[in-house]
Amino acid sequence: MAARLPAIMRTTAARLSALYFILFASAAVALVFYMTSLSDRMLTAQTMETINEEVQGLGQAYQRGGLPLLVRTIDRRGRQPGANLYLIADPNGEILSGNVESLDAGVLETEGWTARPFAYQRFGEAGEGRGAAAGGGRETPTVTRRHEAIAVVLRLPNQMIMMVGRDLGEPEQFRTVVRRALAAALGAMALGGLAIWYIVGRRALKRIDSVSEASARIMEGDLSQRLPVAGAGDEFDRLSENLNAMLARIGTLNEGLRQVSDNIAHDLKTPLTRLRNRAEAALAKGADPGEHRAALEAAIAESDQLIRTFNAILMISRLEAGYSAERVTKVDLADAVRDVVELYEPAAEEMGVTLEARAAGPAVVDGNRELIGQALSNVVDNAIKYSTDGVAPPLVTVVLSTADGAVRLEIADNGPGIPDPADRQRATERFVRLEESRTRPGSGLGLSLAKAVMRFHGGQLDLSDNDPGLKVTMIFPDSKDGP
Amino acid sequence: MKILVIEDDREAADYLQKALSEAGHMVHLAADGDAGFQLADSSDYDVMVVDRMLPRRDGLSLIAALRSRGNKTPVLILSALGEVDDRVTGLRAGGDDYLTKPYAFSELLARIEVLSRRAGSREIETVYRSGDLELDRLSHSVRRAGKEIVLQPREFRLLEYLMRHAGQVVTRTMLLENVWDYHFDPQTNVIDVHVSRLRSKIEKGFDSPVLHTVRGAGYMLKAG
Repeated sequence: MAARLPAIMRTTAARLSALYFILFASAAVALVFYMTSLSDRMLTAQTMETINEEVQGLGQAYQRGGLPLLVRTIDRRGRQPGANLYLIADPNGEILSGNVESLDAGVLETEGWTARPFAYQRFGEAGEGRGAAAGGGRETPTVTRRHEAIAVVLRLPNQMIMMVGRDLGEPEQFRTVVRRALAAALGAMALGGLAIWYIVGRRALKRIDSVSEASARIMEGDLSQRLPVAGAGDEFDRLSENLNAMLARIGTLNEGLRQVSDNIAHDLKTPLTRLRNRAEAALAKGADPGEHRAALEAAIAESDQLIRTFNAILMISRLEAGYSAERVTKVDLADAVRDVVELYEPAAEEMGVTLEARAAGPAVVDGNRELIGQALSNVVDNAIKYSTDGVAPPLVTVVLSTADGAVRLEIADNGPGIPDPADRQRATERFVRLEESRTRPGSGLGLSLAKAVMRFHGGQLDLSDNDPGLKVTMIFPDSKDGP
Repeated sequence: MKILVIEDDREAADYLQKALSEAGHMVHLAADGDAGFQLADSSDYDVMVVDRMLPRRDGLSLIAALRSRGNKTPVLILSALGEVDDRVTGLRAGGDDYLTKPYAFSELLARIEVLSRRAGSREIETVYRSGDLELDRLSHSVRRAGKEIVLQPREFRLLEYLMRHAGQVVTRTMLLENVWDYHFDPQTNVIDVHVSRLRSKIEKGFDSPVLHTVRGAGYMLKAG
């Protein structure tokens, strides 16, 4: 636990609580200071008021009975408990009468209010400090029982000095209380902060540690591992959920990649092996020029097929990687449909397939004419080939329509189609050639390439049942600034 | 024809030299961009075949440098990069044609011969004649032995291209590129069907064939 403390200090929670603690503490200190100085001023003002009243009373006594009455009044008042300070001194500052035995030097030298609180000692309470205070009012008393006071110093008409003051014990006591309360509050805050800091920080640390451990296991290669989700629905859970979704996506991509490399191995190695076998067989057969020629021609055809497959793989990867800078312009899909249908029409007719095209009008999208042409021709090529396997007279229709800000291009045939929805789903995956099509020529990449082209255009390619046959729907987002 | 081949792969270069010589051409080889530039700059060639990726100086900047010096020799770019974009940059740099590796030699040869012809007769004639076959580009009409033949617009463009390169081998890819303006490989033999349709229109009822199939390469329009 102790070894963990420094780690806790490094957590965000700890930093935040430290920051809050400092903020609150300084605010509390500032508030207390403001309050004490305010109450201080109020108390001082009250004290001065009292002294003023006292001076007025004494002034009246002086006027009525001169110095003797004044001295008497002072004597009487000075003996009351909690009395004010009274002092009469000769012009040189020697104390003649009053209840003050000694006080700070120089207090009596200036008339009016004392500039700041001064220290004094009353009669009768300086027993233990007498020796030190022997210097009278001249030296700073060093006795233990000192008090602070403020006072007003007046010069009587006969040059005697009169001082009336009041002890500052009350405000002093008040201040002490406040100071203690402040210290206690600060201590409590510090303790509370530390406790919260420790509990929250430790909790956060625990959660993060479990996430770190899980990621370490994942890094070791176990992609099936997932980060823990506590179910609290807090930010840690959201983070874990997002990271888990990311892991799932990485897993899918990884699986896809693995499948692709398996498929590349299969789809490229098989024809390569055939190629090699043919060359070997031709070599073994001896020197019949006719057979050699046939073998070589077959070899060239085989390598052409290989190149075709390879080009398709490269193109799909490039389109899927998304870094392709293939230029995008305004493309009218009606033109694309016309071009491709026109290109395939004679070939379709030769195979006994009716190829029909319906385009309502221009449908402009942002795209690449070449890529769209290639995607469309792949799909049409497929449709023509498979329509001849159906029972009805082969028919392929290409329908272009615009609706709700999207352009739909539907290519439907009436061949056997792909009855199983799961198979339809898989048919556009790279290299997937449903069993019955394995024997046909082609890279098996036609639909995958078309799908990659659609994704490049921000659109999609869907397969559905044409009953009978297959319907391929290519959906393009409408051109951004309209036709 | 005098041909300069700038290609850094020794084996490919030797193969090209041998095959082009057998086809009756004189071939010079350069193995890198600098040597190629010096050869191209110092003597006259009918056609240059330039690999896009070369040591010392890449193919595209070499072509651009030659063009900026006023050299107008037709250039065929050879490249392993075959996307639409790569083709466009290649042609923009001053190349006249673009062929993606790996290629069939017949394809390369056909393109070289078309390129050299293009350099020879720049001005485009309004009427192409080949034996008794006549194509008028202004009135969009085709006659054979004085008899009008009705063609679809695409068939007309197909015949126009074949007649412009009469006597030369024209490959299926060249037809797809120049007549349909597509650069992909259309898997099925769609071009062959178009050509055979055209052939039946211009040959049916006449005694001599004009549109010949060149085995393993493509087609050639030739009268007599």
